Amino acid sequence: MKREARTAYLFASPWFVGFALFLAYPLGASLYYSFCDYSVLRPPVWIGFLNFRNLAGDEVFWTSLRNTAVYAAMAIPLGMLTALSLALLLNTRVRGMTVYRTIFFLPSLVPTIPLAVLWLWVFNGEHGILNFALEYAPAALILALPTLVGVVVAGTLLSRGRTVAGNVAVAAAVVIAAASAWLAFGPPDWMQRLHGVIRLPTPNWLSDTAWSKPALALMALWGAGNAMVIYLAGLQDVPTEMYEAAELDGAGWWARTRNVTVPFVSPVILFNGIMSIIGALQVFAEPYVMFPGGSPARSTYFYTMYLFDNAFIYHKMGYACAMGWIMFLIILCLTMLALRLSERHVHYQGG
Amino acid sequence: MLRSLIGPLAIIGIALTAWYGEVVVRRPARPGRIEITYWEKWTSFEGDAMRAVVDAFNRKQRRIYVKLLTVSGIENKTLMATAGGNPPDVAGLYGPNVAQYADDGAIMPLDDFCRKAGIARSNYIPCYWDICVYQGRVYALPTAPASTALHYNRRMLADAGLDPDQPPKTIEELDDYAERITRRDAQGRIVKAGFMPSEPGWWNWGWGCVFGGKLWDGGSRITANAPENIRAFEWIRSYSQKYGASDLQTFRSGFGNFSSPQNAFLAGEVAMELQGVWMHNFISMYAPKLQWAAAPFPHPADRPDLARQTFVDLDILVIPRGAAHPREAFEFIAYVQSQEGMELLCMGQRKHSPLINVSERFWRTHPNPYVRLFSDLARGPNAISPPKLPLWPEYGSELSNAFDEIALLKKTPAQALDAVQARMQPKLDQWLAIARKRQSAR
Repeated sequence: MKREARTAYLFASPWFVGFALFLAYPLGASLYYSFCDYSVLRPPVWIGFLNFRNLAGDEVFWTSLRNTAVYAAMAIPLGMLTALSLALLLNTRVRGMTVYRTIFFLPSLVPTIPLAVLWLWVFNGEHGILNFALEYAPAALILALPTLVGVVVAGTLLSRGRTVAGNVAVAAAVVIAAASAWLAFGPPDWMQRLHGVIRLPTPNWLSDTAWSKPALALMALWGAGNAMVIYLAGLQDVPTEMYEAAELDGAGWWARTRNVTVPFVSPVILFNGIMSIIGALQVFAEPYVMFPGGSPARSTYFYTMYLFDNAFIYHKMGYACAMGWIMFLIILCLTMLALRLSERHVHYQGG
Repeated sequence: MLRSLIGPLAIIGIALTAWYGEVVVRRPARPGRIEITYWEKWTSFEGDAMRAVVDAFNRKQRRIYVKLLTVSGIENKTLMATAGGNPPDVAGLYGPNVAQYADDGAIMPLDDFCRKAGIARSNYIPCYWDICVYQGRVYALPTAPASTALHYNRRMLADAGLDPDQPPKTIEELDDYAERITRRDAQGRIVKAGFMPSEPGWWNWGWGCVFGGKLWDGGSRITANAPENIRAFEWIRSYSQKYGASDLQTFRSGFGNFSSPQNAFLAGEVAMELQGVWMHNFISMYAPKLQWAAAPFPHPADRPDLARQTFVDLDILVIPRGAAHPREAFEFIAYVQSQEGMELLCMGQRKHSPLINVSERFWRTHPNPYVRLFSDLARGPNAISPPKLPLWPEYGSELSNAFDEIALLKKTPAQALDAVQARMQPKLDQWLAIARKRQSAR
């Protein structure tokens, strides 16, 4: 038995060594440095709580914290909602579903830096495709709406066996579609005039302080695929007899989702929630590439960017370590809060 | 039988792999020569120029072999390698790094080496030598320098009815020219701009100096909100007020990357820009047909003493603390400081030379038609470079942020600069206190 234990420890020793060397030691060291004046190049000098006191009065620290909180408040709900909705959609029985799942997962495989550079062009205020779409969306929608109504009416009529009326409706839809296409792409001033009437904002996503954070939150949706896959796995675990029972009781789609699906995947929602809290509060690479120095006017200067600048640009490693520990405490508190709040709403199977 | 062999075989396999890995990595390149490692940031033709100098040095003598490694993010990596006790022998940093790295004890003072090698201030254009000095000691030596001048699009000036041979001489003329060149389309959007203080945006911290302001008094006071600085930022605000902050923003957001034919100056979207000696390279690469010229950057009309101002910058070579072969490293650096080495480098990078003496051949064969102008500007009395403060990286980012806030009309120049002052002065006080403590401990 003793021999067996020794062998076990021996086999686990790479992990122990790795943990001690690469996790436990840096963790302890950074805690120590957070109480020091430490430039990396000179030996650390103990200064007690001075770093933390300086942080409390550091305007940029508070700006970066506020920016991060605002971004998290936008990105977390948006991301979770998108991932869950996608997962629900991709959990239906449609032919070729695996292909759709792959397609929706693919974007999250794109490496961060090329992604950031790509989105710089999407968000470009003058030539960006997003603003192009926003500019033409209302007019295009208004022109296409009659067509859509025609198609729906035709479909309903046809399915009820009213062939003649249905065919008339189909013809009408075709005519309306052609007419709106002509209006949209024919005489150009029609489109222009419509633009004047209904306008969606086409902001300078990258250089307007009010829009730079929403732009990043929007961009983060690109990585929703990871959370989506986890939701999907959770959704597959929901027993079908539950749905059958609910259906027998006359529950519609929404009632089934609300009363069967969501309670069953609630542990997954909690897990994804905590992961996105951590992810959003530590957002770094995308803004660092897209907004040098947190431009415009520090509206995208996030907590981790200020931490990085302190550590590696200003050579204030002690200060940066203090910031790191504050962020750790914030995440710890938020996670505990999430666990506490979710106690009543999360249901574990067999628990 | 077989099973009992697996263990020993695996061990032999691992040992062989490890041994072979060592052999591959530590191939003694040149037997009998001391190998020094040199980290450099440049790539592309600028990197090739540096490589040519290294090759020339390696050919010239048989005692030392310089191994050139191209390293991205060189400031951080040098910092980390130095802190870790395993730095390169030579590192190619940026001029403004000197104060911070010297103050941190990350780089070696080179005074003794220089004295022995006969390298002195009198060999150099003074402003470039001074970039290498921190608190009276030499911590670096120059590689390729750069100075700035007004670059303008002759065609755009002519189209606006201005004489392309008479570029603006004062800030007031510049504003007037800019107004005449700027064009809007039917929807009122700016399609051509005469001048924008935010373009290219690399000297946003320094406009105060253009109006005669100082950022630091050299002693215990930060002077961010000096009247000259406030005046400069009021001038920047006047552009946002005149053309509309958001109109300028929209126009600017359509510009392509700097290093591309869609560059605003190269594409003929902005007529006049403050740019460095390198701009010629990008013009010949991306817009060879552009009709351009360079001239000294305008000065405020009431300050003729500020004529011929230029922002000077410098790439430098340093020896990090703890380098294995500092003596040999310096021998290589000294070769780069020779007229032969320096002109090879600066011609390859198509910049002027930081040395005071320049060969006739260098002038004659240099591709940049304005190279003498850039050299003369650097030799003049109004060369501007960042203050030699270890806090400069932080101070600079504060000033850039103030520039943003003012250009976006979020704060008045006085408000923004007072905020910078209030933030930086205590940091300077704190640093001075620590420096004093260190001094007395010595």
